[in-house]
Amino acid sequence: MSRPLIEARDVRVTFDIRRPSDLPWTPPAQLHAVNGVSFSLEPGQTLGIVGESGCGKSTLARALIRMLPASGQVIWEDGTDLLTLSPRQMLKYRSQIQMIFQDPLASLNPRMTVGDIIAEPLRTHRPGMSSKERKEKVRSVMERVGLLPNQINRYPHEFSGGQCQRIGIARALVVEPKLLICDEPVSALDVSIQAQVIGLLEELRRDLGLTIIFIAHDLSVVKHLSDEVMVLYLGRMMEKACSDELFADPRHPYTQALLSAVPIPDPKIEKTKQVIPLEGDLPSPMAPPKGCVFRTRCPKTQAVCETVPEDRLRGDHHTACHLADQGVEA
Amino acid sequence: MVIDSQKMKSLAEATSREDVAGRSLWADARRRFFSNKAAMFGLVLLVFVTLFALFGNYIAQWSNEEIDFSVMGMVAEQGGPSIANGHYFGTDDLGRDLFARTVQGTQISLAVGIIGSAIAVVVGTIYGATAGYFGGRLDNFMMRAVDILLAIPYMFVLILLLVMYGRSITMLFVGVGLISWLEMSRIVRGQTLTLKGREYIEAARAIGVPAPVIIRRHILPNLIGVVTVFATLLVPNMILTESFISFLGLGVQEPMTSLGALISEGSGTISYGTLWQLAFPLLFFVLTLFGFFFVGDGLRDALDPKDR
Ligand SMILES: Nc1ncnc2c1ncn2[C@@H]1O[C@H](COP(=O)(O)OP(=O)(O)OP(=O)(O)O)[C@@H](O)[C@H]1O
Ligand code: SF4
Ligand SMILES: [Mg+2]
Repeated sequence: MSRPLIEARDVRVTFDIRRPSDLPWTPPAQLHAVNGVSFSLEPGQTLGIVGESGCGKSTLARALIRMLPASGQVIWEDGTDLLTLSPRQMLKYRSQIQMIFQDPLASLNPRMTVGDIIAEPLRTHRPGMSSKERKEKVRSVMERVGLLPNQINRYPHEFSGGQCQRIGIARALVVEPKLLICDEPVSALDVSIQAQVIGLLEELRRDLGLTIIFIAHDLSVVKHLSDEVMVLYLGRMMEKACSDELFADPRHPYTQALLSAVPIPDPKIEKTKQVIPLEGDLPSPMAPPKGCVFRTRCPKTQAVCETVPEDRLRGDHHTACHLADQGVEA
Repeated sequence: MVIDSQKMKSLAEATSREDVAGRSLWADARRRFFSNKAAMFGLVLLVFVTLFALFGNYIAQWSNEEIDFSVMGMVAEQGGPSIANGHYFGTDDLGRDLFARTVQGTQISLAVGIIGSAIAVVVGTIYGATAGYFGGRLDNFMMRAVDILLAIPYMFVLILLLVMYGRSITMLFVGVGLISWLEMSRIVRGQTLTLKGREYIEAARAIGVPAPVIIRRHILPNLIGVVTVFATLLVPNMILTESFISFLGLGVQEPMTSLGALISEGSGTISYGTLWQLAFPLLFFVLTLFGFFFVGDGLRDALDPKDR
């Protein structure tokens, strides 16, 4: 086992929420958007992070790159804890970690040309580069992600959603990062375009040896892209396992429910398959249920679930559920 | 689908190797603006009024201070508009050339409007962008200060100032400038707040672009639209404010004049049958206001990102 490129240990992000009705001296309510997430990711591997909207996926991603104050540790491959760095020290790592955003058009400044947008990381991290070299680099990256290099002077609004996401990918790749964080990169795209963009990411990963954190809100998207999958619910890790194992043997009731909703291409299995309904609404993240946070919607909940479940381990398969090690069938 | 880069390459070569020119949002806005009839009409009005203010004095046969003794005392009978004696717009009640006076009044009114608006742009943009970008306590403090200043009946304060420190054009600029930036700072702050939440700003922060560069490269260019529109619409407001004060007799001092002062004089003497003394200043006043409102509306429609 090689040394991990990035390792998160017990990462937590808490927001102070002030309601307008609060008086200035009332202590703010606390929202635990990310609550004790740990993972370790080896070079060249892909981690898929899955969860419903509002479960803290983006918040986790933003915490990893220091866009939000977080507690815990994020260890980079050289042994540095990214969370303790000053903004100036962090700059060095920013060129090694790049991010792709959910809304392709909104993540591009409408008043800048595509060339200037893609060149921005170069300007920031390679200030010594001449503008001619920069332009060459931008053109080659554009070609790499399937954009015509002669579109360099165009503006984002002249491109389609899929092309905008390619621009976003080009911007992330231009500084040759080691880690690419993709925050729901295809959620805003048409299904056919989704496949193209995912195909491109796969190809880039293979050719460039990228390590990827891939965030999505449904399991089917991460399935064939990820080596490891983590399922989040209300900011907590519900289950984490290598991809094949998680899909073959989901142990957490939440994962089982999510998986049962994923359509299976085989019509025979699809017909006999039972969809486990998730009843009730997502509880407010401000007031999560005591004990197991999934308790209010879990089809198998028991009295013991009112205490916080510890991580049940089977090999590298983590499951936060009391029933996990009893081998209860889905 | 996996991208076939070989195919893309040949496609790239097949289509022209030349870089395609982009169509910026500014270019789009410009085209929309120039195809807007009302805005073009407003622009023509403004060009006309500006040319009149800048070069009217070269056409005038009289200066604005000379009194034409041949019409003095018989203004109602002899002071009417006439090409023959060089008083194209007639004379005022004292026998001064109204054409020259209207030129000067237009100059002063335009200057008050544009300077008031310029102060608003500079002070309001810096103030609002600072409050909006840094947010938190600073924002709270700065915007509460604006709320308090806005709550003061400024017309009352302005009149007090003019009465206390005497009527001078500097005082007028100071007074108008003091109030004009408040609304602007609110608008800029609101816009900065929305911009700050945009994903491309977040993307720039994630890349590690320093804050001053983010403000310069990402925030200011996206503020220009709102600021331009508001500044254009602020000019006629400032002119109206000045005219109102002048109408009360507290504006610029003789021998200087403004459109508001001229209208005030003209309306005072209308019962003597000297209609032109009201009509000409009023015409230029109305043309100026319409011009700015039409152009401002046209800019707003052109720059509005919603109907891209
Ligand atoms: N700046 C913030 N201040 C307060 N609360 C926040 C902030 N950002 C996020 N939250 C809250 O944190 C929780 C997690 O949000 P997050 O954006 O990480 O969800 P997500 O999993 O990315 O959802 P989506 O799939 O919709 O993108 C949400 O309840 C959200 O309301
Ligand atoms: S701990 Fe209990 S409530 Fe939570 S997932 Fe397991 S069975 Fe369901
Ligand atoms: Mg998100």
